[in-house]
Amino acid sequence: MNLLELQDISKIYGNVKALQNIDLTVRQGEWLAIMGPSGSGKTTMMNIIGCMDKPSNGAVILDGTNISKESAKSLTGIRRDKIGLIFQQFHLISYLTALENVMVAQYYHSMPDEKEALQALERVGLGDRARHLPSQLSGGEQQRVCIARALINYPMLILADEPTGNLDEANEGIVLDIFKQLHKDGSTIVVVTHDPEVAEEAQRTVVLEHGRIARIVENEK
Amino acid sequence: MKRQTMYFRMITSSLIRRRSRMLVALLAVAIGATILSGLVTIYYDIPRQMGEEFRSYGANLIFVPGGGDSALNADEVKKATGFIPAEDIVGIAPYRYETVKINEQPFMAAGTDLNEVKKTSPYWFVSGQWPAGSGSVLIGQEVVERIRLSPGDTFTLSGTDIGGKSFSHDFTVSGIVQTGGTEEAFIFMPLSDLEGLMGNSGVLDVVECSISATQQVLNDIAGQVGENVDDVTPRLVKRVTQSEGTVLTKLQALVYLVTVVVLLLTMICVATTMMAVVAERRREIGLKKALGAANKSIIKEFLGEGLLLGGLGGLLGVALGFAFAQTVSINVFARSISFQPLLIPATLIVSVAITGLACLLPVRSATDVDPAIVLRGE
Repeated sequence: MNLLELQDISKIYGNVKALQNIDLTVRQGEWLAIMGPSGSGKTTMMNIIGCMDKPSNGAVILDGTNISKESAKSLTGIRRDKIGLIFQQFHLISYLTALENVMVAQYYHSMPDEKEALQALERVGLGDRARHLPSQLSGGEQQRVCIARALINYPMLILADEPTGNLDEANEGIVLDIFKQLHKDGSTIVVVTHDPEVAEEAQRTVVLEHGRIARIVENEK
Repeated sequence: MKRQTMYFRMITSSLIRRRSRMLVALLAVAIGATILSGLVTIYYDIPRQMGEEFRSYGANLIFVPGGGDSALNADEVKKATGFIPAEDIVGIAPYRYETVKINEQPFMAAGTDLNEVKKTSPYWFVSGQWPAGSGSVLIGQEVVERIRLSPGDTFTLSGTDIGGKSFSHDFTVSGIVQTGGTEEAFIFMPLSDLEGLMGNSGVLDVVECSISATQQVLNDIAGQVGENVDDVTPRLVKRVTQSEGTVLTKLQALVYLVTVVVLLLTMICVATTMMAVVAERRREIGLKKALGAANKSIIKEFLGEGLLLGGLGGLLGVALGFAFAQTVSINVFARSISFQPLLIPATLIVSVAITGLACLLPVRSATDVDPAIVLRGE
């Protein structure tokens, strides 16, 4: 069953065609990687999939609903309910502890639950760092808090933008292991990356060039 | 955990854990609230401070005989003074004037309550002592120049009482009074002494009242006395009451103007600080939007922070503002100031309103931020 369908998507900024005639489907439980050089349209595609932008043309079908014409307010609601975002620069709120950063996502979604947030941190191996502020955590730990925050509301789709881009090799390994476990548990994951090693972990890799899909590679792992 | 609990945790964490940033904002609010509450305290205390100051210039209301009478009746005077609020009375000095002789030269003797005169006419300069009791008098400088008396000297006062009978009595000069006015031609003695010499009592020529009140209140008192007491005519001492009223009005207008200007400057200062605080958190706003926060929710959080900041700054401002007003009052008026409890809620409301408003405007524009742009760091 398809969770996400991009049907003939284009995004045009003035005279710049950031994305052109993209057709792509993401199955439920699939791990998909999007790769491409700078300016290939990766970020634009991530913004459209993540409901942070709308296509100029075409349709975005998420969980059976066309969301390409939805208002900004409605897209905020869809993002809150169905998508878990993981950022390259972690984007944790500096004055809240790791636990509170996870609870913020619960707060905007429904009801904060400290116990559940703590369990999410334990799941990414940060149970003992829950009361620490982001400034007291390493980059790898901050990314794991970001992952715990993305998972806390059980999203249909986990969308990660260069999740290992700011991490050393050891922490990259930890984060990829978490992704593997999430995939094993049935989560649908879309990872935007420029790192072939990260992309290889996915089931399929979509390679973008000049705003178009250049090729789709089925990974063997 | 309840949503409200998380909400308070978020806004208090933002204030406590972002100390250095928030201290700047808190300082801006507190300084504004301090100056505002201080100036308002001074504004409302000026009439009291200056009123007391003006009382050193003498009586501001006098009672004279009315209805064709040549003298005031003591009972009528008592009725008239009953219209003056007791807490506003600085002093009430009754006067009875009679012609007497010293060494066959005519002089004017004034019988009065000398303790009250000290209050109604604090500007009198007395060489020697004020009379301690019966048999002692104060004599004016002009009298001294005519009969060469000094403090401690005894002299004989003679005259004719109301029955046409002659009297003669020895008095001791306790002090010499200098005022620069007509008082220097008088001999001041206790009213009971003069009444004893004249052979009757309960008759007065004028009553001088020194009242700590605004011109409006004085007008009201005069109006009530005029309407209700037939044989007493109240008169405002216009040179005192009018100049007092003019100075007070101008001084209050000045402080009012300064207060309004300071309020505007405070609003601009607080608004600018809050705008800077919000502007540097655009990325955080973008993140919250990316996490699914509705604009309403973000505005509520920033407003909560602003209101908390305004409340704290306002409380600090009330305390520091009173200290500021007290310092100004002691240095300018040499008197302490009274605390106005109503200023606590007033300052809090103004601080909270200004901070809230100053937060609301930048936050509203910040919620237009595209989360994708902010999160990319552009």
